[in-house]
Amino acid sequence: MGKPEAVLSRPKAQTQRGSLPKALTGISGLDEITLGGLPRGRPTLVCGAAGCGKTLLAMEFLLRGAEQFGEHGVFMAFEETEQDLVQNVRSLGFDLDKMVADEKIAVDYVRVERTEIEETGEYDLEGLFVRLGLAIDAVGAKRVVLDTLETLFGGFTNQALLRSELRRLFRWLKDKGVTAIITGERGEGQLTRQGLEEYVSDCVILLDHRVREQVSTRRLRIVKYRGSTHGTNEYPFLIDENGIHVLPLTSLQLNHAASSERISSGIPRLDQMLGGEGYYRGSSILVSGTAGTGKTSISAHFANATCARGERCLYLAFEESPQQLVRNMKTIGIDLGAWLKKGLLRLEASRPTLLGIEAHLALIHKMVNEFEPRVVIIDPISNFAAAGSAADAEAMLLRLVDLLKARQITAMLVHLTAGGNAWEKTDVGISSLIDTWILLRDIELAGERNRGIYVLKSRGMKHSNQIREFLITSEGIRLEDVYVGPEGVLTGSMRAAQEDREKAATLVRGQEIERKQRDLARKRAALEAQIAALRVEFEAVEDESKIVAEQDRAREQQITDDRSSAAIRRGADVAKRNRK
Amino acid sequence: MSTRKNGSPQNADSDKWELRLYTAGQTPKSLAAIKNLKKVCEEHLAGRYEIEVIDLLKNPRLAKDDQIVAIPTLVRKLPDPVRKIIGDLSDTERTLVGLQLRQQS
Repeated sequence: MGKPEAVLSRPKAQTQRGSLPKALTGISGLDEITLGGLPRGRPTLVCGAAGCGKTLLAMEFLLRGAEQFGEHGVFMAFEETEQDLVQNVRSLGFDLDKMVADEKIAVDYVRVERTEIEETGEYDLEGLFVRLGLAIDAVGAKRVVLDTLETLFGGFTNQALLRSELRRLFRWLKDKGVTAIITGERGEGQLTRQGLEEYVSDCVILLDHRVREQVSTRRLRIVKYRGSTHGTNEYPFLIDENGIHVLPLTSLQLNHAASSERISSGIPRLDQMLGGEGYYRGSSILVSGTAGTGKTSISAHFANATCARGERCLYLAFEESPQQLVRNMKTIGIDLGAWLKKGLLRLEASRPTLLGIEAHLALIHKMVNEFEPRVVIIDPISNFAAAGSAADAEAMLLRLVDLLKARQITAMLVHLTAGGNAWEKTDVGISSLIDTWILLRDIELAGERNRGIYVLKSRGMKHSNQIREFLITSEGIRLEDVYVGPEGVLTGSMRAAQEDREKAATLVRGQEIERKQRDLARKRAALEAQIAALRVEFEAVEDESKIVAEQDRAREQQITDDRSSAAIRRGADVAKRNRK
Repeated sequence: MSTRKNGSPQNADSDKWELRLYTAGQTPKSLAAIKNLKKVCEEHLAGRYEIEVIDLLKNPRLAKDDQIVAIPTLVRKLPDPVRKIIGDLSDTERTLVGLQLRQQS
């Protein structure tokens, strides 16, 4: 009966050192918190107030056990009939009827009606054991759920007997080696009304359903888990059409892998500002600015670039409906609709105030799990502060950023800065979480409001420190240099005017230079003429000096010749000597 | 293991009593229950009752049908409505109240 699968799942469940054997629940997130599931072969107590999802958690544990791990199960219901259960789990996409017919799950509804029962002397709960034993044997169950055992306390008056029978039941379950979930109602001052935690000492999970400011949030906490480490926080969870999703708020260990891959922002000049290559993959990017500074446009560019690379992008819009966003972005030349059709883009719009802040986080987590995007854009995060307190929002974003980083998903968080706030302060104090912070600001000057963009910080890259003016055109965002000069920072038409003035000045300067150059050329020409004249003069003098020298030499020769001939005539031996 | 005794024609309104006693093995509690039940029936329902004793260790499936949790459990199938009495029936007074053979005082 699917046993090989169960064996296969074990090593995975026992990854922990010196491990207690565990049984994977298959419930999204719960196995992460418990580091591998519930204690195998032992009972686990799941307690909580009415309507907090105990039955559902227990049922999902059984159904997933049967479906994913080949471990059949028995559901012993004390509160709901089999038909009710079938209907309840159908909404979670499970066909309990079929699983019962296939003998994967056995359901036994135990009805204990106080008014129908008269007690006359000694009794025990052997009937319950018989039924449970029969059901376990019938399907070869490895998992058992008792929901809600405390109903028995309403059905029988002999409390001392009940307690001893319960103790016997838990021992019996352990002997049977079944992994069991026992549910219990939350009691005053203790975890369960009847103190069931006294009997189930291995693992206790507490579910909670709180409503604050009309927003409800479900939370789960592992109160104890003997022999195992476990997450001790309260973890938010969601119940939706796919069952329970517990959000394993990451351990907050800063050991994310850091990619050195760079991805384009979709705006070439912004990439230039970011060290020439764009964002790091898996980094968190904050785009903040006041209303109307073009935050959504920047996000849309990024979404567009992501989809253009063939990667999936999850865009969570908390202010605009998908249709509105698609329409608006079309006017700046970004066709998000095409990516939606291709399935590369997923636009999710909802009001943050609709759900609790944790529920939102859980929802995002779930969507990330399903859609597996490479980029997640949240526009804007400021609305989360409205859904809970600022501290909650901060904690939530911290978890979110961690969650995405752990999966190497690039996160773009858009933050609406309230007017009048310090520019570099986010309401939600998350700036320290952020790797790249792009600040958009209005530059008000000469009756105009223009948009400025600059990179406030960007970890691990040489980023531009300059403010750029950015224009939203029908072809998208274009970045322009901001005029920075003796006149100060100028934008918009003032920048244009200043640029015109500069152009004129440049022209004038050019003409001046040309004139100077012409003057110089003239001077040079004059000098060259002078040099030529001098050269002519020089050459004349040189010729003359050559003639004089020639004449001098001739004369000298003449004198020497004359002297020689005179010597010969006198018969001297000078010439002879000279000739030797 | 069933015992049957035919009742007399008087008390036509509730002339036939169908009782079922669930046990699990031959435990002292079970044996006491059987003994006590027979005694009560002989005293109050002589001749018009029928007792069926079911051992759940032999027929575990029957536990689910009659919603048996506690052992021993006596179920009054007839007359209507169905009544359940748990315990070894050692408290005769309460047994009679449970079987509606006596009004609760």
